[in-house]
Amino acid sequence: MPAAKHRQQQPLPSLRALAWRRRAAKLDYWLWPWLLPLIILGLWWLGGRQQWLGSQVLPSPGEVLDSLTELLASGELQRDVLISLERVLEGFLLGSALGLALGAAMGLSERASDYLYPLVRLIAYVPLLGWLPLLMLAFGIGETLKAVLVAQAALLPVALNTYNGIRAVPPHYVEVGRIYGFSRRQALWRIILPAAFPMVWSSIRYGLTKSWLALVVVELLASSEGLGFLMVDSRQLYRLDAMLVAVVSIGVVGFVLDQVLAMIEKRILRWRRAGFAS
Amino acid sequence: MSVISLRKLRRGTTIPALILLAWWAVYAFGITDSKLFVPPGQVLTAAATLSEAGELWPAVGQSLLRAMGGFILGAGIGLIMGVLLGMSSRTERFFSLTLHSVKQVSLFAWLPLISVWFGYEDGSKVVFIALAAFFPVVLNTLEGVGNVPRDWVDVARVSHFTPWQMFARLVLPAALPSIFNGIYLSLVFSWLATLGAEYLLGSGIGLGTLLFESRAEFKMDVVLVGLVLTGFIGFALDIIAKATERRLLRWRENTVGA
Repeated sequence: MPAAKHRQQQPLPSLRALAWRRRAAKLDYWLWPWLLPLIILGLWWLGGRQQWLGSQVLPSPGEVLDSLTELLASGELQRDVLISLERVLEGFLLGSALGLALGAAMGLSERASDYLYPLVRLIAYVPLLGWLPLLMLAFGIGETLKAVLVAQAALLPVALNTYNGIRAVPPHYVEVGRIYGFSRRQALWRIILPAAFPMVWSSIRYGLTKSWLALVVVELLASSEGLGFLMVDSRQLYRLDAMLVAVVSIGVVGFVLDQVLAMIEKRILRWRRAGFAS
Repeated sequence: MSVISLRKLRRGTTIPALILLAWWAVYAFGITDSKLFVPPGQVLTAAATLSEAGELWPAVGQSLLRAMGGFILGAGIGLIMGVLLGMSSRTERFFSLTLHSVKQVSLFAWLPLISVWFGYEDGSKVVFIALAAFFPVVLNTLEGVGNVPRDWVDVARVSHFTPWQMFARLVLPAALPSIFNGIYLSLVFSWLATLGAEYLLGSGIGLGTLLFESRAEFKMDVVLVGLVLTGFIGFALDIIAKATERRLLRWRENTVGA
């Protein structure tokens, strides 16, 4: 057989060699994405060492690390992170709860959607920052302003997507429920909400991202504490090292917030799948 | 117009009409004497005065110009990068970690840094708007290109498509709906970023600058004019984007329908 002949001519690599090759491929696969960040970091470090750019333009990684330890040691960073977190969660919970209620009302009742949907669309056409000057005049620049803007950032996407999510539930699901004699309440809790859940939840995640965006803007523009303020303050002092610490912290907080929601989603969906399996 | 849509119209306009009525009533009955309260008519007067003084439209024009400049730059780079990364999974993995880490940082946090590097002038604003426009396009393009069915690519390979043909005849048409989604989001973000950049950097003329200065001077009427204008521009962008999408995707319906 030709295949057998071929095998005899070219001995198979040993199992161990194969395993090594696979391991090398795997290593390559996992290390490859880290290459670019490492190159950037390397260039950054080298640039700082060789004084390519002044620390007024780009401080070296060492300086940023020093600034980080300094901010951590004085407790300033933790305080700013906590304040920002508190503000974003407060506004987000308020806004997403209102958004859910509004979206559910519009999704479940045609009358409600007739009355409210055009208004919500109208409000949504004005970008978030278009509202900011009005809100600043109306509420001053205190905590109320932050809560309102952050809540509004979450409210609109959550309301619109909850509405769309509920409307996208296939009508025959509800019909099956009717055949089984489900009450309206049962149909809502057992059919409509579970079916609309994935879309609603993704809008909640998006709402949290938008809330965080809104909070950072409002802290940059009008605040005396929080991560956004840390940025503006360092900007005024030309402390680029502290600014970079703030940028990274803002990124990390945003990432962690989103991951928490992703974990909750997984948990809820697992429960749902287990429900179907049993 | 059928009865149902008339009813929808009546219901839809009820609450906005009530709000306007309440606003007018507060004015007519002199319920408040707050300096911040402006009667509805005064907003129109303010708009007329501003536009006659030649302050309003140049500001709007400048803002739109910035928004478009940043959008074209950011969305263009995003589109090219999205296609290149989407067509080669190794390249995608090379950039993925960096891209997703940078994406995590809330957009406006970059603005102070950009202002250090590029100053307070238009250059800075355009760079920031480009950054805002970049991410939605690159991520959605990646997704669209990534979802091109394997079989189609195989057929194209068997037919000896050149890379350009592969792109123009297979990848682009297949990924277009997703790309459009990205471009639409990118337009929305460009407009948001333009306002933010003008608030924070505050030099030169622009709708955002005008709004923010009027707020500092407690000119509620101008703030309301600005609010309506930003909303109207948001609405116009929405309409233009959707009309373009329908036009460019018309072939799709035809092929599916045939």
